[in-house]
Amino acid sequence: MEQVAEAPLRAAAPARTRSETIAFLIMAAILIIAPFFTYPLFLMQVMCFALFACAFNLLIGYVGLLSFGHALYFGWASYVCAHAAKVWGLTPELAIIAGTLTAAGLGLIAGLLAIRRQGIYFAMITLALAQMMYFFALQAKFTGGEDGIQGVPRGKLFGVFDLGHTMTMYVVVLVIFLGCFLLIHRIINSPFGEVLKAIRENEARAISLGYKTDRYKLMAFVLSATLAGTAGATKAIVLQIASLTDVNWPMSGEVVLMTLVGGLGTIFGPVIGAFVILTMQYKLAPVGEWVLVIQGVIFVACVLLFRRGIVGELARIFKIKL
Amino acid sequence: MNNDIILETEDLTKEFAGFVAVSGVSLKVARGTIHALIGPNGAGKTTCFNLLTKFLAPTKGRIRYKGRDITALAPADVARLGLVRSFQISAVFPHMTVLENVRIALQRQRGTSFDFWRSSKTLDQYNERALALIADVGLSSFVEWQAVELPYGRKRALEIATTLALDPEMMLLDEPMAGMGHEDIDRIAALIKRVAADRTVLMVEHNLSVVENLCDTITVLTRGRVLAEGNYETVSNNPEVREAYMGTGHA
Ligand SMILES: Nc1ncnc2c1ncn2[C@@H]1O[C@H](COP(=O)(O)OP(=O)(O)OP(=O)(O)O)[C@@H](O)[C@H]1O
Ligand SMILES: [Mg+2]
Repeated sequence: MEQVAEAPLRAAAPARTRSETIAFLIMAAILIIAPFFTYPLFLMQVMCFALFACAFNLLIGYVGLLSFGHALYFGWASYVCAHAAKVWGLTPELAIIAGTLTAAGLGLIAGLLAIRRQGIYFAMITLALAQMMYFFALQAKFTGGEDGIQGVPRGKLFGVFDLGHTMTMYVVVLVIFLGCFLLIHRIINSPFGEVLKAIRENEARAISLGYKTDRYKLMAFVLSATLAGTAGATKAIVLQIASLTDVNWPMSGEVVLMTLVGGLGTIFGPVIGAFVILTMQYKLAPVGEWVLVIQGVIFVACVLLFRRGIVGELARIFKIKL
Repeated sequence: MNNDIILETEDLTKEFAGFVAVSGVSLKVARGTIHALIGPNGAGKTTCFNLLTKFLAPTKGRIRYKGRDITALAPADVARLGLVRSFQISAVFPHMTVLENVRIALQRQRGTSFDFWRSSKTLDQYNERALALIADVGLSSFVEWQAVELPYGRKRALEIATTLALDPEMMLLDEPMAGMGHEDIDRIAALIKRVAADRTVLMVEHNLSVVENLCDTITVLTRGRVLAEGNYETVSNNPEVREAYMGTGHA
């Protein structure tokens, strides 16, 4: 009996990762062709939010920690990037790096304060810290208060390539998005990712094997915050604005929604989720505040009916890894 | 300080909201022996294990391991000193394969565990050692199985293989054979005997024939207190033990 069951399981493993490779190539191909058929600005926005959601998913989907304050890293990276580009006159790549490092630092501080808490307490502390920094953004001079930082110059990449050209900007965003996406995939499939999986599966056992699990969770938290920062900083260059919206709590909620709709703990889910939510906001813009109601309904439907999200359901139906 | 004592507790006590689960336990485990901790349900055996490995903080008392006071250490640090425990409720990583379960332990020791930029394929370097450990516990034909799919006895065997992967100086096994059939029991008992050749084992076990055959020293716990201690002969002839423990239907 032992021998019989062994063979099919052995065969199953490589096929699972092949589905990811194929899905990635399809995604990359679509993103390369898409700007010729639809608004590049919209697509760039989708990629920024997709990266934001992927970064968030790294934490909730692969460590099991619900942060309810990820707007903090997204928004503050956006501010610092915008300020660096506009006031300090840094080139866009340096401005994005500045924003990203800011998010990493904030992630480290928030992580140190929150990581020992469990479940709802973790979510509450991350939310509280994010709101604290929201009020700071509201009061601080350099953020421009209600106006935000407007008219951020896109500048020249490495001082050479003018990002004022939409297609040049598009290529840069595409490279950042795909690069970070692959990095997240690598993190999940690394020796470190293996430990994260063990911690999620059975934390007490991981501790009994000598793993200081808090340190691994903190590391994952900082990585997640950092990549959320890259998303926020890139968005500031693309849309040439950093504003309070990006740092306020509804933004933290939106990224939860995107991840849930797409499929928590799936690598492609957050990308699909970001696309669906942004498309909806765009199409439903004429109905104004009703967007919020519709989003609320989707949220409830996801929680009650489609727990796996769009990509999660697809993966289940076709028995593949996505 | 006696060098032959690897683990020693002094007046170890644990209270849960007024209820004393472990009360003034002073235990000495000699290096290189298999030491059994027995007692009726609720006697405080598992709580003792939790105290020894710092999964619980003692209300009172001290713990010394290899001559060093470990009372204030974190559980992961205790494990790093070579004092590794298993759990009463089988502790595997359910949605990881048998191979991955064992590799997690090997990976911790060799220290690449924060490398998030490397491919998990680099973990293949541990395969050889992992497969040897897996063969040791008779799981060779289950290597690619998810741990959750294993029958109960095999899960326990996997747990022991994972623990052994750390090459611990001392193992604490909490009812390693509970819920197993005869065949499994004999296999695991033989395995424990073999691995105990060059390490110390402290185990909780209800099956008295296993204890008789396997263990050098036995400590009997009832209601959180040590009732008797000695080899099987001494303990099983102790009238108090017969009354408190064997009388309850475990014999
Ligand atoms: N976390 C806890 N909070 C409160 N009481 C507890 C806790 N853990 C254990 N106890 C109590 O302490 C006593 C000893 O429990 P313990 O699990 O150590 O017994 P045991 O000897 O391992 O029993 P068994 O043979 O059933 O495994 C029990 O009465 C139990 O209810
Ligand atoms: Mg017990």
